[in-house]
Amino acid sequence: MSVASAVLRRVAAGIVVLWAAATAAYLALLAAPGDMVDSIIGDGADTPQIRAEVIAEWRLDRPALVQYLDYLWRAVQGDLGRSYLLQRPVADVVGAQVWPTLKLAIAAAVFGSLLAVILAVAIRRPWARRFSSTAELVMVSTPPFLIGIVLLSVFSFQFGLFPVSGDRGFAALVLPAVTLGLPIAGLLAQVLRDGLDRALDEPFAVTARARGLRERSVLARHALRHALLPAVALAGWTFGVLIGGSVIIEQVFGRPGLGQVALQAVSAGDMPVVIAVVVLAATVFVVVNTLADLAGLLIDPRLRRS
Amino acid sequence: MIEVENLRVSFKLPGRVVEAVRGVDLRIAAGECVAIVGESGSGKSVTARSLVGLAGPSSTVTADKLEIDGADARGYTSRDWRRVRGRFAGLILQDALVSLDPLRTVGAEIGEVLRVHGIGDRRDRPQRIQQLLTDVHLPEPERRVRQHPHQLSGGLRQRALIASAIAGEPRLLIADEPTTALDTTVQAQILKLLAERRTAGEALLLISHDLAVVSRLADRILVMKDGRVVETGTTRRLLTASGHPYTKELIAAASGRRRVSDTEPGPVVAEASALRKVYADRTVVRGVDLTIHRGEIVGLVGESGSGKTTVAQLLFGLIEPTSGHVRFEGQQFSGVPERARRPLRRRLQFIAQDPLSAFDPRWTVRRIVGEALGRGEPVEPVLIRVGLDPDLLDRYPRQLSGGQRQRVAIARAVAPRPSLIICDEPVSALDVSVQAQVLDLLAEIRRDDGTALLFISHDLGVIRDLADRVLVMHDGRVVEQGPVQAVFDHAGHHYTRTLLAAVPKLEVPA
Repeated sequence: MSVASAVLRRVAAGIVVLWAAATAAYLALLAAPGDMVDSIIGDGADTPQIRAEVIAEWRLDRPALVQYLDYLWRAVQGDLGRSYLLQRPVADVVGAQVWPTLKLAIAAAVFGSLLAVILAVAIRRPWARRFSSTAELVMVSTPPFLIGIVLLSVFSFQFGLFPVSGDRGFAALVLPAVTLGLPIAGLLAQVLRDGLDRALDEPFAVTARARGLRERSVLARHALRHALLPAVALAGWTFGVLIGGSVIIEQVFGRPGLGQVALQAVSAGDMPVVIAVVVLAATVFVVVNTLADLAGLLIDPRLRRS
Repeated sequence: MIEVENLRVSFKLPGRVVEAVRGVDLRIAAGECVAIVGESGSGKSVTARSLVGLAGPSSTVTADKLEIDGADARGYTSRDWRRVRGRFAGLILQDALVSLDPLRTVGAEIGEVLRVHGIGDRRDRPQRIQQLLTDVHLPEPERRVRQHPHQLSGGLRQRALIASAIAGEPRLLIADEPTTALDTTVQAQILKLLAERRTAGEALLLISHDLAVVSRLADRILVMKDGRVVETGTTRRLLTASGHPYTKELIAAASGRRRVSDTEPGPVVAEASALRKVYADRTVVRGVDLTIHRGEIVGLVGESGSGKTTVAQLLFGLIEPTSGHVRFEGQQFSGVPERARRPLRRRLQFIAQDPLSAFDPRWTVRRIVGEALGRGEPVEPVLIRVGLDPDLLDRYPRQLSGGQRQRVAIARAVAPRPSLIICDEPVSALDVSVQAQVLDLLAEIRRDDGTALLFISHDLGVIRDLADRVLVMHDGRVVEQGPVQAVFDHAGHHYTRTLLAAVPKLEVPA
């Protein structure tokens, strides 16, 4: 009962965020200097015929409110419009590039979370912890592109272990995923370690030890779940950072992906593509955050009330 | 079963070493009930935890003799200790809300003991867990097994914790302040349950700050102070012929002392009529009338959930009543905008149970008390008045003891010279010896300033020691009221009699 309503509330909040993102993108289009038709065409070919197509697609001959509602309605149906610069439907342009970026983001998230859990759980001795925390701090504070360039020059140019660029096979995914995942691992490891330390100080940890549990079991069966709560709450935000970070990392490693598309669209003023990228990024962000919230509900029964 | 000689425990803190236990001898025979009594910081908990090797990280434990279950435990590795824990000795801590893992079900917590010690096999464990819950008289065990600690009341939680402690069929139960966080009525039930475990053959080591709590159960009592045992003996001898002044002090604190006042109650300070408070579908307060006169101490007693704290919040103007109204110093106090209440606020003060959470942790005592005073008024006289050393002015709340903190809270409350102070369980979190001092201070403030007090507590014993009149609340209603002595001598309502019976009393065994 209460779980169902909690889930519904979060999904509803997600929909509101999506609407806000779509509206903000639309307002940016309106606010762009000059004629709206010019903004949509961008640097593309400008003929009376194309202008007529734009006016027809965006209902520019109708009142402003109808234009806006029609835009929302098309977005809900998944119709992302047409890029007049590339002479292709936006869905094709973006669709072809979604998977490489998503693949990279997921790989980085998995690598980052696993590394964080290993660092926080396995490294418990005082001197090792001090070393690990310092390393984590370096990981968090180094800009990802720098990590990427260093990894490239060592593992690709020096030893030739991984391809220098492109997106062919698993090997090409390794270095970019590590580059993006390291800062996340650093941050999550610090949050997890802090949570573990707190939980191990709680009376229930003493009770668990008093039952004859090994320290390792107290950590794995009791403390880890408590430590996961703040880490999971951060995960939603982390995935946002990943999507943003991939724009740069795709450049460094010469990978196809949304980053390349977004960059080209912005520099060429291809507004339909820019809007699509914004709405898509918002969708991913909302989905991940909603999942993180639901994971929180799963971990902590106390959150399921009210 | 347990033989300890010259136990010493010290903790290495940054920059210093703290000796928590300085040479304690302790023997527990099979089936015996031994109690260690002393105030916070006396080393009683550390002593008990050393018996299961859980004195804590950064601790050093030494002893001339540390025999547990017939074996020398001085060189025990963590693996040896794990065989002792849960199987030979079960540990019960103070508050089950934090002593049971809040993220796991009651069943999982109990099952863990069975799994760790390989008791029974997978298939019959659910049945064993049910049986354990039945043994500790947890109603509806089938449902409770799947519930989380926060879904249980304080008493049921403590029962579940005891079930997990006895799951490994230990021969010794160590209970560290097992009833301190509970209402007196529930406290009595838990003590009864512990007595039952003893009848079942388990030896008991009880740790408490309150002699009255342990006197009913213990065969022998050790009185600890500053890491040493100052007196030890059978319960009977200790209670009837104690030798040490500190023991006498504890006995006096546990017996309670009535603080009567000869001041005549003055005009009405606050009055509430027909107060009702409804939250969604729950009626919390069902028609409460209450009058407090100047110079009077009114006790409001009831269990958790009886609505007594809601009444306090209504009187204080923190929440609005659903119907009925509150008047303070002759003016309407409920149903008016906060702007109208604000000029009266200084005349009405509040003291909470846990002062630590009622203070800004980054404020010094000087700033906390100074805020309640007018501009330029000195803070020192107020501190001296509540019996605090002015040296504490620049300390932070966490650097003070529980009793000192409550004195700071009282200083803050009396500083603006209020006509009424509402005290919500002001001594429940304190050791009995400190309780007595705080009650003395409150009585003194009433006598000197003529301040009226509304004193809220779950413990009729405390009310008896301080209040002139008492109102007994049950399920949102006042079921009985009158002068304290009359209510105590001729309790009319059966609920009052239940509360009276639950007050822990020093009981000298025959």
